[in-house]
Amino acid sequence: MLPVEWSGEEWTGLDGAPGIVYDLGCNIYSPDGRVFQIEYAAKAVENSGALIGLKCKDGVIIGAEKLMPSRLLMESSGRRVHPVGMHAGIAFTGYAADGRPVVNAARQEVENYHDYYGVDMPPHTLAERLGHYFHAYTTYGGYRPFGLTTMVTSFDEVTQEPFLHMIDPSGTQFRFHGAAAGKSKQAAKTEIEKLNLKALTCAEALKRISLIIHTIREEEKDKPFVLEAGWITADTDWKFQLVPKNLRDEAFEWGKAEFDKMDDDDDDDED
Amino acid sequence: MATVSQTLACAASGADVSAGRSAADPHKHTTSPIVTGTSVVALKYKDGVMMAADTLGSYGSLSRFTDLRRIVTTGGYTLVGADGDYSDFQYVQDILKELEVEDACVADGITHSPKEIWCCMARILYHRRSKMNPLWNNLVIAGFHEGEAFLGTTDKIGTSYECDFVATGMGLHMAMPILRRHWKPNMSESEARELLESCMRTLFYRDCRTINKITFASATKKGPSVDEPVEVSTEWSYQSFVDPKAGSDTGGSW
Repeated sequence: MLPVEWSGEEWTGLDGAPGIVYDLGCNIYSPDGRVFQIEYAAKAVENSGALIGLKCKDGVIIGAEKLMPSRLLMESSGRRVHPVGMHAGIAFTGYAADGRPVVNAARQEVENYHDYYGVDMPPHTLAERLGHYFHAYTTYGGYRPFGLTTMVTSFDEVTQEPFLHMIDPSGTQFRFHGAAAGKSKQAAKTEIEKLNLKALTCAEALKRISLIIHTIREEEKDKPFVLEAGWITADTDWKFQLVPKNLRDEAFEWGKAEFDKMDDDDDDDED
Repeated sequence: MATVSQTLACAASGADVSAGRSAADPHKHTTSPIVTGTSVVALKYKDGVMMAADTLGSYGSLSRFTDLRRIVTTGGYTLVGADGDYSDFQYVQDILKELEVEDACVADGITHSPKEIWCCMARILYHRRSKMNPLWNNLVIAGFHEGEAFLGTTDKIGTSYECDFVATGMGLHMAMPILRRHWKPNMSESEARELLESCMRTLFYRDCRTINKITFASATKKGPSVDEPVEVSTEWSYQSFVDPKAGSDTGGSW
């Protein structure tokens, strides 16, 4: 039971404040047609590190800015990018603990599909199933929507190309050329739009993602982060692979150096 | 199909329903294999482990399929060979594939060792026999991991052991004596191959469910690999092969 009263004209909270009751669960709409809990979940995502996915010339890459709240943390812990099958991987930003069941659900879907049909799950099917999973958590009173935005990349055996999908807390999923989520996603999208994705290789895109993350995180640039990434490319034989540490480190340093250069130029302009 | 009323009547009376199995019948599991493979033979040698099996899938005594692979690689270090029911072995392969995917998902670069896979297979086969629903296979698990050769086997009731050389099925009767006599530690690759060929040749002569189309496989520090099938040399000019009935009253048998 929601704590509400009928004032004679509209439902209100017990304290008489109008409107407030509509955000207490995701099983009711507000009068103007919104489900607030989903919007709050999206808000939770915006407090988390950036996630950038790019469909390039030779594959798909997803990069994540994994914020490290303490310098005592092991660099490899709290992973944001996960393989869910030989041909598929997902990355998420938002509540890390919410990501775990989503990763498990994705792995089960991929495994069951292969068991039944003997072929790898097509990308749009994987994105759809995960979309359903997200959506189910927005339709029951006792549930909370996932505080996650998830990117899915997987290889399509039919068209022989990898796909990039993004799913938000409401369960809607779309296919993208380039996508951004998490903190400063607007700034990240602006940067992505400047890229020529048809000519970019995944190896180059890794560096670009590093630069974009360094660029958009100005405010908290003293907080440490780890660049995580996964890709499906011609070079990985169209298998999903976590990008090896040496490549990530190289891209991290390159992005940092490029950003510092740009930053210095800006400072010069100001002088 | 038995109708609901028939089934209910049957359950009440205990009578058989002529239309077929009724819900009142006890649940039945596999009690015999269908398409079968025969012996798998394997031995340790200086560089690792070598394994051999023919490519025949028998349907009873009919040579139904002649190009089946009964030795597969898994997990980067391991060979798994199987005799017995081929569809059960295909199910085992699905399990092995899933193990590989699980390893890939953890993505720490570590895959299961041959010993782990052997133990896992033994647990699965024992579990299935404990449900009175066995997977009808003898499995031979061989591998080379961290500088050490591994060879183990498990049967369809989950009895499992490690060994220096192993043969399953008819091979237990006809290859084992050869292996016991001629196997020695640290054999060279050619010695090991020769011994295996000798086992497979004898099995081809004597086992009625073989063909002379044999896959040899090995697991060494270079990893596991299964070769394309080959024929072993045979010698049919022995007098008893040419004229099996000569001077005997055995009615044509040897």
